[in-house]
This record gives sequence, C-alpha cells and structure tokens, in this order.
Amino acid sequence: MPTISVSQSKAEYDVAIVGSGAGGGQMAYTLTLAGLKCVMLEAGRSYDPVTETPMFQTADQAPLGGASTPDKDLGFWDSTIDGGWDMPGEPYTQGSTSKDQEFTWWRSRMMGGRTNHWGRISLRNGPYDFKGRSRDGLGFDWPITYDEIQPYYDKVEMLIGVYGTNEGMENTPDSPPGVLQPPPKGRVGDLMTQKAGKKVGVPVIPIHRAVLTRPLDADTIPAKLHPGNKKAQKIVGDAMRARAACFWATPCGRGCSIAANYQSTTVHLPPALATGNLDIIPNAHAREVLIGKNGKASGFLFVDKTTGKEERVNAKAVVLAASSGESVRILLNSENNQFPDGVANSSGLVGKYIMDTVGSSLSGQIPAMENLPPHNDDGAGGSHFYSPWWLYKEQLAGKLDFARGYHIEIGGTRRMPGGNSPVPGDYTRGLYGTKLKEEARRYYGSFIGLACRGEMIPNKNSYAELDPTVKDKWGIPVLRWHWKWTDHELNMAMHAERTFASMIEAMGGKVRGTPAKTGLDIIRPGGNVKHEVGGARMGDNSKDSVCNSLNQTWDVENLFLTDAAPFVTNADKNPTLSIMAFSWRCADHIIEQARQGNL
Amino acid sequence: MDTHETLPRLSRRQVLKWFAAAAAASQATPFLAFSQDSVHDAVGYGSDPKLNEIYKRGDFWPLTFSSKQRKTVTALADVILPTDDLGPAASQLRVPDFIDEWVSAPYPKQQADGKTVLSGLKWIDEESNQRFKKNFADLNIKQQQSICDVMCKQDHTDSKLKQAASFFRTFTSLSMGAYYSTPEGWKAIGYTGNTPSPTFAGPPQEVLDKLGLEQTVKS
Repeated sequence: MPTISVSQSKAEYDVAIVGSGAGGGQMAYTLTLAGLKCVMLEAGRSYDPVTETPMFQTADQAPLGGASTPDKDLGFWDSTIDGGWDMPGEPYTQGSTSKDQEFTWWRSRMMGGRTNHWGRISLRNGPYDFKGRSRDGLGFDWPITYDEIQPYYDKVEMLIGVYGTNEGMENTPDSPPGVLQPPPKGRVGDLMTQKAGKKVGVPVIPIHRAVLTRPLDADTIPAKLHPGNKKAQKIVGDAMRARAACFWATPCGRGCSIAANYQSTTVHLPPALATGNLDIIPNAHAREVLIGKNGKASGFLFVDKTTGKEERVNAKAVVLAASSGESVRILLNSENNQFPDGVANSSGLVGKYIMDTVGSSLSGQIPAMENLPPHNDDGAGGSHFYSPWWLYKEQLAGKLDFARGYHIEIGGTRRMPGGNSPVPGDYTRGLYGTKLKEEARRYYGSFIGLACRGEMIPNKNSYAELDPTVKDKWGIPVLRWHWKWTDHELNMAMHAERTFASMIEAMGGKVRGTPAKTGLDIIRPGGNVKHEVGGARMGDNSKDSVCNSLNQTWDVENLFLTDAAPFVTNADKNPTLSIMAFSWRCADHIIEQARQGNL
Repeated sequence: MDTHETLPRLSRRQVLKWFAAAAAASQATPFLAFSQDSVHDAVGYGSDPKLNEIYKRGDFWPLTFSSKQRKTVTALADVILPTDDLGPAASQLRVPDFIDEWVSAPYPKQQADGKTVLSGLKWIDEESNQRFKKNFADLNIKQQQSICDVMCKQDHTDSKLKQAASFFRTFTSLSMGAYYSTPEGWKAIGYTGNTPSPTFAGPPQEVLDKLGLEQTVKS
C-alpha cells in the first residue's frame, strides 16, 4: 500500500484522520473522492492483503498447527499483526482486581486495523435501537432516528457488498431492493439449527455479511453512490472491478487477497489513494489533538515509531477514528490550558459509558450428525445463518428479566481441522489405535456451537480513564479500565443458555459442559467480544454528550469522532456497519462545510 | 519430504548459550538441575511473523527431543494412530516432529504441556523396563498396548499412574491435532474443502436426506 514518510507530508491538509479501519477508511474514502486533501495516521505498519494474506495455508504448514499463542491470540493465520490482548510496551490497566470487573482490550496496530480480521457480520441497527430509553426507560436515546441514518446504511452496503435476505422482521431492517447480494446456501449446522429453531420458536434466517457472493455491479453502483461526480464513479467502478466474488474457501479472519470480503485495505483505501488526495503515514502513533489559539483543532501530535521522534501534521479539520478506547485516550491526553480535563471533555463524559457486547456460548453434540458423508462445508468463511432477536413483544410486556435483545450466531464444526484435536478429548477418552480413528471420524463435525451476542445497557461503572502513573514505551499515559455488568446482561446470558440448551435438545443433541448457575459463569469478560463502543457519546446538547449527531464535538467544532466512541448504546447488531454509516454521514457534513468555506 | 534427520537440530550456538546461562545461574544457586526438560530460552515468532509462507517444524525454535525421547514418541504415536484402512501411521505424517515443536516452544501453554510430556516419556520407559526389561520403543505391539491400557484407565488413585493417565490424554490430543492437520488426516476424518470453487452448493442431497433437512436458501 503506497504510503509516505513524515518528511514527505504537506504543510497543511484539509483533513487529518487518525486510524485506517472502518471509521477512518470510510472517512478517507468519502472525503478524497469529493476532492478534499487528507492525511491519515496509522499507528501500525503498512499492510497489503493481496500479497500478505495466507490463503489456503493449512495447519500443518504453521508453527504449532496454527494454535493460538500470546504472540498471535487468534491463531497463527489470523490476519492481526502487531496486536492482540497484550502488546509489549503498550499496557493498559484494570480499575479493579476482581475477575468479574476485568476488561480485555483488543488492539490491532496495522493498516486497516481490525477490519482485516473481523467477522464481516453487517447488521443494521433498527428503529428501536436508537430510542431505547424512550421504549423502556433504560440507558439513553440517540439524537438521531433510524430514518435519518438509513440512506447511509444503504450506501455502505452497496459499496462494500453485503449478502443476506430481507425478512421484514421487527427492528431488523430490510435493505432496499437490489442492495443485498444473494445469501449463501445453508450448511448442515445452519439448517439443523433452523429446523430446531422452528420447534422451539426461534427464527433462524440468513445473516448479513460483507462478503461478495457475486461480483459487484460496477456499472451501476458507482453512479448511485456518487451522483454527479464522474471522477469518483470511475475510480470506484475500477475498484469494484478489482474485487472478485468469494471462491468458497479459507476463513475470512485471515483477510482476503482477492478482496471478496470487506476490509478497509481492499475496499476503502485503494479508491481513496487512487484520487491522489490521500497521504498515509504508517507507524504514526497519535498522541494528542493539537488545539490552536482560536480554540479549533489544528492537527495531531504523534510519535513517528520509525525514529521515536514527536512529529505533527496540520489540518483544517481533524477526525479521530483510532478505535473508541484509543480515541478516548488521545482526547484525555490532549489536555491544555483551554481544556484542562482533556479536549472535548467539558461535559466530563469522555471515557464514560463504555459498552461491549454480551457474549456467551453453549455447544452440543448431535448424534444425528455423527458419521456424516464427507462434504465441503467451508462456505463463505464465516456465518451463513443467524437468529435476530425475536422476543420484543414479550420483553415489552415485562415477561423477561432483562431489557434488551441478543442475536444468535451459529458455529458448525466441519471446519478444516488442525492444531488442536478436532474432537474434544472426552469423546475419545481411553481409546487408541484404529478404534480411536474410527471414533474421531464418527464425532468430527457432530458438534454445534451457539453464541449469544447481546446488547449491554450503558452504566456508570463501565468507563475508561487515564492511569495516573502507568505510561507506555513512548511515555504516553495509558488507559485504566473499569467494568461492571448489571443484572440485565447477566440475566440475558442465562436466558441465552436456556434457549441454546432447548435448541440443542430439539436437535436430539446433548449439551456439553456443566450448566451455569449465574450469568457470571458464562459471560465473557468486558471487551472480549471486541465490540467496545461509547466513551464519547453523541447527544442533543453539550451538557450530556461529547458530540452531536454529526459526530462533531461540541467543544471543538472542527474535531470529529468517527469510530464507535460516539455510540450511545450498543445494540446486539455488530458495530462495524454502523461505524461506517455514521462516518460517511459525518464526511458528507465536512464536505458541505468545505464547500461553504467553513473549514 | 523432509525426515526428522534433515530438520534443523539444536545449533552449537544454542547449546553454548545454554551452558553460559547455566554457568551464570549456578553461581547464584547452590545447585542447578541442568536437565534438558527444563531449558527453554527460545523466543517465539513475535507479533508480526510473515504470514504468507509455508513453515516446517523447527523454523522458529529448535526442536529439543533427544534421540531416545524421539524413539519413544514415535513408537507411542504409532500405537495411538497406527496404519490402517483410515490412513498411514502417525510417524509417517510427522506427528513426532509436531510434538517436538510443541514441547520446545517458548509459550506458557506449550511449556506446561512439555513438562507433562517429558515426564510421561520418562515414566513410560521406566514402566517398560520394569515390566519387560526393554525401552517402550523396543517392545512388541502387544506389550506396548498393555502399557497404553494402564495409561487409559481413568480411575487411578496412585499419583504416578494418575500422572501417566494425564500424560496419555495430552499426548493423544497433541497427536490428533498433528495427524488431522495433514491432507492424509483430513481424508481419515472426513474433511473435504480448502479448494476454490465458483459456486457453493451446500450439503449434498444424501446428507440432507440423512438428517431430514431441506435446503432453505434457493438459488
């Protein structure tokens, strides 16, 4: 990926962007195609999915069979480089020593950030998801409705390519006709779960994922995305033609060298670079938002990791899209005379109301699936089906002991084996020889995992602040995380556990593991689903929010936040698609301001 | 194909480093247990290894089994996963190399497994010598199986036998992880895939029929 060094950067840009993932990538894409000159700071190294992605590599070609290690938390072939739960020299700390209050922070210091490895699950927030407080009195409302953001969901889906179906279900928005790509066929695990769901009243439908099941329509989509902008249409059309449809092999978490799935490095950055309006500086670790005498942002102070020196870039407007936690950290580290508590923090809300997704799972062994005839079950390298939340009416009627919804993700197990034993040890205990091999073949692929991905209600006890003493290897103060689940999340996890057990039993299967007594037995630690959002929420006024509905901070009019930091709530819908929709909308606002000469 | 003889072995430099470390440590402590099962100064592959590559065992850290340990591992792995109608024996798929790489790795989980494996290998030869006056690798298959039968029992009360059973579970799991990583292993277990295709048909009718399922995504 073409990049520049600090010394090659221009004296001033229209817009400086921190972060090259979903939020930063979308921002750079939209601004540069409209002609704005942008510079992007990426804390990690440059990365080229076309040449670096390990497509087709097998477990026997990886150290330790590709098993996860502290160096590569999600396994050797996972695309994440220079990232993970722990990064040497870049610590974060815990506000509590209690295990229940632990926060785990995933970082991905590489070009494209987490979009290189993410699950590609692309669900729209629905109308209820923006008005939770109005519906049930809990949490907060967003200062925006679904109808206002909907055109941006449409545009993002057309640009990145999302497969799925329109089912007309409650608070699970349909896309306009012609926007979605055809869904892939159900696999064994999908169809088994769907059939079991019918028995127990849980709908199971095709999921929405950012994977091309056919080539994008490069002849018509660009004109819909960029009306009246011929140059943008040409560039975007060319970029779409450079992407191939899925060839139904290798997991998406490795990234995709043929660009069949969305990652910023294959979808957002190439057209942005093709405009000639984008300079990307890699290994640039943002430290502070620079504020001029007029109270406006003037650029960023950053550490050039190749030299260890502090450098700056200057711009008329600045965008933070460094991931919610990192953006919070940069804002809090940017204190000065005008902003003694950190930039854009007059409300005192920077770092507050952080949420993750409620995550738990249960697996079962299904005798009917033993000894199935071998067949290719790889599919689209990730989920095909899921269950959207289905109990809105029961919940509103007060029949459940938690307030918000979860969706169910389905995990089949006929995946490419390797590294770890493909069959849990308790199924082959005491066996060796041909009998062991027969039993391994019998049980392989007969397991199904069901995972809860649910909404957490924002609470006062889940927040991030600067650690008063600990600094990273460049001397920059690090984040200290505080975390607490409430009964809503814990009860949700228990509900999911009971639901999953009933589904597994409806398949004639047997639940694995010991039943949970409380939600704390099964809920994953805070941050562990890697959906940490919030920390600089948007709102109607400067007293109780950090930015407005355009992702523009109240205190600094030319400072915008376009990762998940402005999220007011965290619906069960995975955040990436919403990050992109809001980033595009914010970019349109910046373009309009530039046109009016207001930058 | 490479055999274990052609794989990178411990380098002389590596051995010298160990001795230097041992000498330094022995000045600080009255006694240093310098056994090969406790020395790991290798480093991992780091957070940015080259991903679009094909690696072989020993590329990142040296393999550390002694030739005696390797013989025992090979014999045991082949009892656990022998040649039969489902595929070749473990050693033909280089399972011993995988286990060597695993126990030699510088990561906590692997080092914990390494302790279990190395003490298990010691136990198994002691047991063989006690019962048959030979090392495990030199026993006939019936004798080897009789020792495996002891390790397979799950209700041991004796702590040594309990450890042996735990070793057998770990060893079997590692062997299966290695065996089924290979194309021959895929065939043995029934995995098919990792090949590009212009379309994805979903499960074949035969599979749908067996499970009483209907494909609900129509094209």
